[in-house]
Amino acid sequence: MTVAEHHLHEWEEDHDLPLEYSTEEGGLKIFGFWVFLVTDMLLFACVFSTYAVLFRHTNYGPTPVGIFDVKGFTAETLILLTSSFTSGLGTLFMRRGQKGALIGWVLVTIVLGLSFIGLELSEFIADVQNGATMQRSAFLSAFFTLVGMHGCHVTFGIFWMTSVLIQVAVRGINTVTAPKVFIVGLYWHFLDVVWVFIFTVVYLIGELT
Amino acid sequence: MPASVTNFATHFFVLGDPLIYGADASIVLVTLAILFVLTYFKKWGWLWREWLTTVDHKKIGIMYLIAALLMFFRGGVDAILMRTQLVWPGMHFLQSEHYNEIFTTHGTIMILFMAMPFIFAMFNIAVPLQIGARDVAFPYLNAISFWMFFFGAMLLNLSFVIGGSPDAGWVSYPPLAGPEYSIGPGENFYLLALQISGIGSMGTGINFFVTILKMRAPGMTLMRMPLFCWSVLAASILIILAFPALTAALALLLFDRLAGSHFFTMLAGGNPMMYINLFWVWGHPEVYIVVLPAFGIFSEVVATFSRKRTFGYASMVASLMTIVVLSYLVWAHHFFTMGAGPGVNSFFALASMIIGIPTGVKVFNWLFTMYRGRIRMTAPMLWTVGFIPNFVIGGATGVMLASAPTDYQYHNSYFLIAHFHQVLIGGVVYGMLAGMYYWWPKMFGHMLNERWARHAFWWFNIGFYVCFMPQYLVGLMGMTRRIYDYPGDMGWNTLNLVSTIGAYMMGIGFILLVLDVVYSIFYGERDKTGDPWDGRTLEWSLPSPAPHYNFARIPIVTARDAWWIMKEARRGDLTDVSTTEGVESVRVTQSKQTAPQSLKQSGPLQPIHMPKDSGRPFVLSVCFFIFGWGLVFQWYWMAIPGFLGILASLLARSFEKETSYHIPVEEIEKTEAAYGRL
Repeated sequence: MTVAEHHLHEWEEDHDLPLEYSTEEGGLKIFGFWVFLVTDMLLFACVFSTYAVLFRHTNYGPTPVGIFDVKGFTAETLILLTSSFTSGLGTLFMRRGQKGALIGWVLVTIVLGLSFIGLELSEFIADVQNGATMQRSAFLSAFFTLVGMHGCHVTFGIFWMTSVLIQVAVRGINTVTAPKVFIVGLYWHFLDVVWVFIFTVVYLIGELT
Repeated sequence: MPASVTNFATHFFVLGDPLIYGADASIVLVTLAILFVLTYFKKWGWLWREWLTTVDHKKIGIMYLIAALLMFFRGGVDAILMRTQLVWPGMHFLQSEHYNEIFTTHGTIMILFMAMPFIFAMFNIAVPLQIGARDVAFPYLNAISFWMFFFGAMLLNLSFVIGGSPDAGWVSYPPLAGPEYSIGPGENFYLLALQISGIGSMGTGINFFVTILKMRAPGMTLMRMPLFCWSVLAASILIILAFPALTAALALLLFDRLAGSHFFTMLAGGNPMMYINLFWVWGHPEVYIVVLPAFGIFSEVVATFSRKRTFGYASMVASLMTIVVLSYLVWAHHFFTMGAGPGVNSFFALASMIIGIPTGVKVFNWLFTMYRGRIRMTAPMLWTVGFIPNFVIGGATGVMLASAPTDYQYHNSYFLIAHFHQVLIGGVVYGMLAGMYYWWPKMFGHMLNERWARHAFWWFNIGFYVCFMPQYLVGLMGMTRRIYDYPGDMGWNTLNLVSTIGAYMMGIGFILLVLDVVYSIFYGERDKTGDPWDGRTLEWSLPSPAPHYNFARIPIVTARDAWWIMKEARRGDLTDVSTTEGVESVRVTQSKQTAPQSLKQSGPLQPIHMPKDSGRPFVLSVCFFIFGWGLVFQWYWMAIPGFLGILASLLARSFEKETSYHIPVEEIEKTEAAYGRL
């Protein structure tokens, strides 16, 4: 096969690759999404640096130690880390073509994501009830924005995952749905990585100082 | 009229200034005229099918170009108004508040809504054709990028007559731009317009990064790419790495304004310097985002019109990439005077000066490309040759400004104004105009008139020096930027008068350029060959304008300057060339070294896989516009439906089944036959 012929056949399926990479379109979308994650990571990095600059500026109001709930954020961390694992299992079963198992593990991931959001919301509500609002100090502005931005990402991810789940349920695992499952999985793992940094930079350092 | 309605109207519409009433009238009249023309000539369907729903990179490029020229006009009018106010001390042409609004919108529009769409126009028009691709990697995203830019630009432009324009400068520094000192919707317009169009820019950056890395024709290795593609790759990397900082800065300032948070306020522990850092972490790479593609265009133009391959290709690539890295290490030179201390200032001063080295390498390479070349002084070449002295002066004054101790003297003076106009106009605008003249036949199938082009160039170029050289002097004499009036006994009067004359000369140059476009639509020489300049890269192997699938057969590339090498082969460097078929074939070879057996077309035609047009990018962007408008006025009843509309559009896309189709071979044959290329 000449180079040209190879190129002309690229739109057809290539069975040597995993399903999500088997069409040119799928491969491009996954690569493009990796690049998008770079931009999203930098967005978080900017807000992280803003938090780092402002987190001591408590304006005589609530301090990190004062408002962080160790049990709460430990539970959130464990739940989100587990959900990343279950999301990975989903991708594994997608590659094996096991639709039922894929749907099952994505459902578990969604439930874990929902409970993470529930815990985070209850933490936020408790903070606000104790007078720790976004308007109180620069520290709280940065805290709610950074953690809340991650929470919004997770919420968006839950909706997104649900939409992909419906598509898999109705249309099955194919060259169109497989990249979608894979990409939403990448997104979910990325949020997990961001959370590890939030856990360290916000909660652990906050408890230590 | 009930009092509440009157009260609302006086706050909603900007009242009391005859210039604004003039703008109101012209907006209404132009809108009515457009509606009338579209209805009278029954063009609504055409507009929707051919333009609003298109995902074709060539059409998107044309729309970017039109938008950029319109915004160039708007920003240029702002400039003329400012120069008219400053022509002599004690002028009463503009009120101080109005002047503040105008310098703010001038800067914002020229950088974000003129320079950015202009480079994106060039990306879209040239890159897929140069790398032998049929579209960009994500055509649907490409349409979203355009419409997000478009509605962002609309949002900012409407602020002029509705609600009031932003007036805290194009950099919008807090605390001035914060909730205490900028009351009213003006700054919200700025923040949301930039945020919405910024999302579009980020999409373009990702799109072209992936396109260039993944969609090149077989055989086109990175080091065989045209230099314009390299410059777009460099700019895309910068967009990907820089725009998130702007997104963050704008979002946090918006929270301060709308939600009462304390990121950049003076109270409750906020730190305005954080905004300034975030802004310039984006802002400095941004100037390279707009100037690197211009460098790419100059490289193409110089090579084509000197009939030589670019001198020092590898060093051109290396200097582009060096600039990409260095551009992240210089942002603090925008605020040396804020007291970061000698250690920090020295670092940023040195890093800023070092950028002069790769830039200098490029200038010498362009000169050496011209050296002993057979130069044709066409319109693109005129703008290129005009650029070089401009950029050398702009670069030299840049090194002066980069020196931290002396910067305390130049900071925020007209010296700075003259410097960055010299690099942004002399670099970006000259580059984009060179690109526009160069690729115009590829876009529209006809040439721009050279005679008009020369007049436009000389008016603009001479006007430029008349306008900005006095500003260096008046800056050294102490005149600071952003003042709407000045005392008459400072010795600035004559220099300001001369500067204003220059601004009007540039205005005449722009009008001549527009007249050239209008004239050439009717009388311009038609480009029947597809290769009017005797070009070197693959876009010139196609007919003008290119068919919507671009390449009937994907070309195979074996060397740099692919199309030139192939033409050389046809001219007789190779023995057994089938002349009739050779025209179409883009199987190219480095002539003398590896002569091919023949230049036959590479196999039969295949059905072509193409993306389907979609109206959803337009609808999505309208939803963003509604969402943004709601936030500007804090009308949450409006913002929430807009937000839901955004989500609905995203969901609808996710569930869409048929996003592409195949063009059958018969249709390709028909199209190619119509071009006489079968």
